[in-house]
Amino acid sequence: MLQLLATANAALLATEEGGHAAEALSDGGLLASMAWLIPVVPMVAAFAIVFYGKRMPYKGWDIAIAVMGFEALYGTALLLAHIANPIAHDFQIEIARIGSMPIEWGWAVDGLSIMMYFLVGVVGFFVFLYAKGYMEGDIRYTWFFASFTLFAGGMLVLVSAPNMIQLIVGWELVGVSSWLLIGHYWEDHANSSAAIKAMITNKVADVGLFVGAIIVSMSVGSFRFSDILHAVETGAAEAPTLARYAFWAGLALFIGAMGKSAQFPLHVWLPDAMAGPTPVSSLMHAATMVTAGVFLVGRMFPFYLTEGFATEVRSVIIIVGALTLFLTGLIALVQDDIKKVLAYSTLSQLGYMTAAMGAGAYTAGLFHLFTHAFFKALLFLGAGSAIHAVHSNNMSDMGGLKKDMPYTYWTFVIGSLALAGIVPFAGFFSKDEILASIRYASGEFSVADGGGSLASIVLVLAISGAFITAFYMARTVFLTFHGEYKGDGHPHESPRIMWVPLVGLAVPSAVIGLINIPGATEVFTKLVGGREIPVLDHHAESFDVAMLLAGLAAALLGIFIGWRIWGPDKETQPARDTFRIPLLYPLLENKYYIDDFYMDGVIRPIRGPVARAINWTNGYVLDFIINGAGLLAMSVGKVVYWFDQRGVDGAINASGAVTGAGGGMLRLLQTGKVQQYAILIFAATVIMVGGLVIWF
Amino acid sequence: MEWFESGWGLSLVVFLPLIGAVVLLAIPKAEEETQKWTALLFAGASFVLSVLLVFRFDFGEAGMQLGTNVDWITAINSSFHIGVDGISLPLVVLSTFITLLSIIYSWEHWPEPHNPKAFLILILILATGMAGTFVALDLILFFVFFEVVLLPMYFMIGIWGDRDEITIPVFNITTQMRLYASIKFFLFTLFGSAFMLLGFLVLYFKGGRTFDMLELASNGAEGLLGSGLAVWVFAALFLGFAVKVPMFPLHTWLPDAHTAAPTVGSVLLAAILLKLGTYAFVRIAIPILPEQSQNWAPVIAILAVIGIIYASLACLAQTDMKRLIAFSSVGHMGFVMLGIATMTPIGINAAIIGMVAHGVITGLLFFLAGSMSHRYHTREMARLGGNQTLMPIMGAILGFTAMASLGLPGLAGFWGEFMALLAAFSPAAGLSTTLFRTLMVIGAVGTVLAAGYLLWMLQKVNFGEPKDEWAGHEFHDVDIFEKMAWVPMIIAVIAIGIFPRLVFGATNDSVIDLVAKAFGG
Repeated sequence: MLQLLATANAALLATEEGGHAAEALSDGGLLASMAWLIPVVPMVAAFAIVFYGKRMPYKGWDIAIAVMGFEALYGTALLLAHIANPIAHDFQIEIARIGSMPIEWGWAVDGLSIMMYFLVGVVGFFVFLYAKGYMEGDIRYTWFFASFTLFAGGMLVLVSAPNMIQLIVGWELVGVSSWLLIGHYWEDHANSSAAIKAMITNKVADVGLFVGAIIVSMSVGSFRFSDILHAVETGAAEAPTLARYAFWAGLALFIGAMGKSAQFPLHVWLPDAMAGPTPVSSLMHAATMVTAGVFLVGRMFPFYLTEGFATEVRSVIIIVGALTLFLTGLIALVQDDIKKVLAYSTLSQLGYMTAAMGAGAYTAGLFHLFTHAFFKALLFLGAGSAIHAVHSNNMSDMGGLKKDMPYTYWTFVIGSLALAGIVPFAGFFSKDEILASIRYASGEFSVADGGGSLASIVLVLAISGAFITAFYMARTVFLTFHGEYKGDGHPHESPRIMWVPLVGLAVPSAVIGLINIPGATEVFTKLVGGREIPVLDHHAESFDVAMLLAGLAAALLGIFIGWRIWGPDKETQPARDTFRIPLLYPLLENKYYIDDFYMDGVIRPIRGPVARAINWTNGYVLDFIINGAGLLAMSVGKVVYWFDQRGVDGAINASGAVTGAGGGMLRLLQTGKVQQYAILIFAATVIMVGGLVIWF
Repeated sequence: MEWFESGWGLSLVVFLPLIGAVVLLAIPKAEEETQKWTALLFAGASFVLSVLLVFRFDFGEAGMQLGTNVDWITAINSSFHIGVDGISLPLVVLSTFITLLSIIYSWEHWPEPHNPKAFLILILILATGMAGTFVALDLILFFVFFEVVLLPMYFMIGIWGDRDEITIPVFNITTQMRLYASIKFFLFTLFGSAFMLLGFLVLYFKGGRTFDMLELASNGAEGLLGSGLAVWVFAALFLGFAVKVPMFPLHTWLPDAHTAAPTVGSVLLAAILLKLGTYAFVRIAIPILPEQSQNWAPVIAILAVIGIIYASLACLAQTDMKRLIAFSSVGHMGFVMLGIATMTPIGINAAIIGMVAHGVITGLLFFLAGSMSHRYHTREMARLGGNQTLMPIMGAILGFTAMASLGLPGLAGFWGEFMALLAAFSPAAGLSTTLFRTLMVIGAVGTVLAAGYLLWMLQKVNFGEPKDEWAGHEFHDVDIFEKMAWVPMIIAVIAIGIFPRLVFGATNDSVIDLVAKAFGG
């Protein structure tokens, strides 16, 4: 008993030493120490589905949905436990040691990761439920659920990472499973090309992630986030190496984040990723994958916020975010494919999150990530439901679906209002927090000189973005659900397995914003703030009324103009949609020619002329020297052979008899004249050695 | 078990295959079943004993173990000195493992002109040469083993190799692929070996009249040579090792040899033979000539990174699947050499896990390329396509292996690449950090190109609809012998990926010890 007490005491001391920060943090008990199940279960299940899925009653979907149910429950349980009593604890298991640095697997249980567990679990559960209906009759049904489970699992490996190595592992697992899913219909060349585009774009960004992770880890001497952030907490004077390389490390890590979170100009893969089945788009654009980059910045946030470290990178982050939210939002306006509209809308919303992170608003950025996950998953599933009904992705084949598909319609409207930021739906609160933080930053922006005015420009873009968002969502709703039906056949409401998840996601899309009302509730602030090392970001204590009104007015104006253009007068609605603004329209239609530039300016030259030039060099320059030397040696050999024929013949026959396993060898030896060169070279060696030994 | 630990176990691991080869000689040519079982028995026994070595190995001890040192050629003070430490142990196991799998794979896959007896004898001789190189601690012994692998591989390529006609550019000589490739391989390697031998001899004469690697290192042979001579000795050793690795620009034998070799030949070549060179850098060059190694490190690192980028770009231009995989080896070995060139514990650890991972992954890729070209009778990627539909299991394994090859974290290939880049951030004291960090970034860009050529390869080979020319063909998906050979490799790739201690656990202490002794850290 005494011994037990002593052990417990020692353990307690260890925790106190490790988690010296806020006093109210707990280690989470059994719930936290068993949280390794969160990443491990889906990884194992993915393989189980591959090997045993086909024998299951629902062909593998049953395993997948059970896993996601488990994730949703475990995430919820952790969330509730965390709200009751903040948990912040890392668990690490050493799997190897390299030099003096341990390499570890582990699982982080703190506010940030718990938020992600909950999000991936709950949103994932609804999407997997829906996928059963949507994927019914698919040619690779079981395989789909295996890779989909791997996708969710990879994301959970990523968010559970307590160190850089595991983050990279999860990061790449997400990348490779997205490649599998985007290219799910690989018979079609376009789909596998879209999958490759996603993976290569992410790989380009991963150069940044690798370099950043290497700089940070080597400067601190540890892969652990806790060690890295402790070093940050102690200040630049105490961690001079990290401080010296902080700008480059911070920038490199952010480049990594730009890939997964699809920031301008590395955003090009995300719209093409629509080639995958709709449930994939839904999960990819909401809770998993695209959130990874924002998550990474969130995980490393003190590094970007603490004076003396990577604070200057935040000006890059805010600019990238602002450009992304504005430029990609505009492209959404000219899309006919409903999934593409939503894809560009995702890009734009990711821009908001990134801009918020750049403005130093950790909570606001993550809150938008959180609410966006619900309503964007909902919108994609709703779009999928409409696509399922009309067998086309194009809004020009839809219209008037309102009366035939009531569940889809009403849930889609809720999602759209949430996205547009209309009070009291979820997006309103999160977007308002972002606008308020950017405004705050425009006064307080501590980065470099001119930071304040930079933030002011960003603020203008962000408010315009709110208008654009509302405008294209109004267009989407009116073109899809109002007016006359323009497609073939008779659309029907989707089966219950598909509309139940819509309702399930519509509820949080409507109300979840209420958990973080400035000055009233701060559930979310406390949630993501519950970390071992506190994040000293700015979050509003009360509403910023000016921003609230500006954001709301922009959104309402967007909806109003959208309604004026596409709403009334059913008959002429399609005609008005073909209106084209000169110059601007082609620019948007061609996505600012960025894709073309990458394709014609980078990829094709490298795959074509550059690669061929290297190959030519190999054959015509390097090999030319080798072959020339070889042929020269051969002619010398012929002379020697002529002099030495008899003796050498004896040697050939002797060695042939020893190896004597087949006539082939003998013949080769006789025609190859290899021995002669061997003798020549060795003779030369001996002479050279002799010479050298005498010389020295 | 004392006899086992006093060098007999290690000797058996090395020489059992050779004994098997002698036994095979006595078996009549017609009795193919007996030949196959004999070869399997000896290779299997060698593998089992090498695994037993692992269990007998003391992982807390950094030095040489389980070896012996007996007089051999007393006239020149050369002895039969063998032993393993944490650096060589994984490579010994790798070589016996791959040899065994190669024999299993060969069971029903004999390249033309058949003749299993001769083919198996060559595999077994190779096995002895490969394992022997990894355990030799005497330079002459090392040289003998190093050269023993040369002839069997030469015959393998020259006899069982690709019979397509090729025309050598510029010189316009038309010959068979196998003949050109085998002679090129042989002469190239021999050229390197000659310089290597030259270096060994100078070390002997000027470095204390001993061929013992450990003695040469501890006696400070480098100091005895004097820096003027040491430069040349290192240069000679460098040539010998770099040809074998192969490092840019001495790599041009490799694409031809790999492409022309029969499947098992390519596998052994890629999986083991390339490691002889990199291993020699770690075992011989660094401990015996530490100062010169450090002086040359920037050159090695630059060539390594050029190799990474150059090979990846060359891969993008290939139309032949096997040649593409061959070029990719040059790139992967570039990461290994970058790790070694950092002269740090992390870098050398990375190099060894990189060697093991490349051995298994690229070995598997060559198996796959061989099996596919056996079925399609072509390696032209433009004619393949839709393989995933025609042979789903083969396609899936190819996809998995390609992912492993591009360094997917969680699989074996990741550790070598990432840790080599990590080490390049802070190379050993005295090396230029600016240079190595630049190389780190360029090397990281190489991973993008690697992803590119592998993904595009998969797109061409696996995806899309099958070409019309295969309509009506029945393709036999992965057979039992292929499964038996490949599944252990797949398991190894996953196991090392998830639990890298399987390799690092052995290497780390020995590597730290090696670096400390060489550079006095």
